Amino acid sequence: MTTPVVVTGIGVTAPNGLGTDAYWAATLRGESGIGPISRFDPAGYPVRLAGEVPDFVAEDHIPNRLLPQTDHMTRLSLLAARMALADAAVDPAELDEFGMGVVTASSSGGFEFGQREMAKLWSKGGQFVSAYQSFAWFYAVNTGQISIMHGLRGPASVLVADQAGGLDAIAQARRYVRRGTDLVVTGGVDGALCPWGWVAQIAGGRLSSQADPRRAYLPFDVDASGFVPGEGGAILVVESAESARSRAAGTVYGEIAGYAATFDPPVHSGRQPGLRRAIELALADADLAAGDVDVVFADGYGVPDLDMAEAGAITAVFGVDGVPVVVPKAMTGRLYSGGAPLDVAAALLAIRDGVIPPAGYVSDVPRHYGMDLVIGKPRHVPVTAALVLARGHGGFNSAMVVRAA
Amino acid sequence: MHQLTMADLAVLMRRVAGADEDAVELGTGNEDTGFDDLGYDSLALLETMRAVEREYGVRLPDDILAESTNPGELLALVNLSLARS
Repeated sequence: MTTPVVVTGIGVTAPNGLGTDAYWAATLRGESGIGPISRFDPAGYPVRLAGEVPDFVAEDHIPNRLLPQTDHMTRLSLLAARMALADAAVDPAELDEFGMGVVTASSSGGFEFGQREMAKLWSKGGQFVSAYQSFAWFYAVNTGQISIMHGLRGPASVLVADQAGGLDAIAQARRYVRRGTDLVVTGGVDGALCPWGWVAQIAGGRLSSQADPRRAYLPFDVDASGFVPGEGGAILVVESAESARSRAAGTVYGEIAGYAATFDPPVHSGRQPGLRRAIELALADADLAAGDVDVVFADGYGVPDLDMAEAGAITAVFGVDGVPVVVPKAMTGRLYSGGAPLDVAAALLAIRDGVIPPAGYVSDVPRHYGMDLVIGKPRHVPVTAALVLARGHGGFNSAMVVRAA
Repeated sequence: MHQLTMADLAVLMRRVAGADEDAVELGTGNEDTGFDDLGYDSLALLETMRAVEREYGVRLPDDILAESTNPGELLALVNLSLARS
């Protein structure tokens, strides 16, 4: 019998709330953080909306020495990690430094920092490029900076699988704990809201060009027209149930009970996409039947054929209207590698509070999806087990089950 | 040729590599304190050298980086290069 791996700390930086409490309260109110881009002038682009993290002043949260060497998304991840460790009542200085690890997910690295340095390279020359560019752009940078800031010298890694990577990272943290690491800081905080990052995302072809923030990202809605990207995510502290007990950790939010990842077959193969299999394997890993799951946090691409494929996978496992489905990311935008960790945080808060969140402005779900999507207002139901789904561009599927500890 | 003072160097380092409330601040009086203790790593020194190069129009040899363990040594080597240029 392997030891249960539990979550004891949550740190959230989300477009609809900075900090876990602000995020969760806004999410239950159905409050969206999607709005016009303010971080650069989006006037020349066909897509002008994003989910930006509000109220974040880097100078208030990040040591001055780190300001010249960090991208915006790294700064957000450092704040989220600090909040998660504080929430878990962990003082890393008091624990074995080699017994604490870090695993984060990333989709692209520090684009905003990189753009600034590229501009210097082309307009002024190589002598003007920051030496910190050597790592500030890098997709492993959040893992490194979190590790350095808190002296976490155990195993460290980064997972890159677009949105699915967020779950893959938490699963890797669970592996580390099972192999004997006491505690792992994990999750993902992402974002590339700068012109360079923006054109790359637009080129992906799945962004919504709707101008109305209330209509732009409507996953599973009849009016779904693509997605709105956002920035932020969540960082969690995971550890063995035994470690949590022995250091008298404050809150045990729940257990990382099951996980699986699959990869889609080639597009024209005629074979089924891998999401359904990921769900079934994750349930098997958690030793749960479909009927034991109280809520599904959907991936919710907001692209009609991808929404339909996901609805098909969910109904294939749970039956028509067989389980409440939620998609709180309708209120944040898709956060790439930050999205699924934020959903895992929301699932753990749903377990704690016995309530599941509405889907922002989503109002009209096609009947043939066969999905009981929670819309309009939160639903008060006891939650013992929740399933979180995430798909990444190019065929990644991951599924994770969290349950009450 | 213009020579740097310790105060010039301190201003440069704060600008390119940040300051820190918790660490000892670089200024006159601690030129013998190791960069490790001051909280400046090799990249911070590299950034500092590049800033000197840009602002004073000199090319500094890379071995300055390896040979400087504290602000006093760095300042002496930088000024040697400035004098030769």
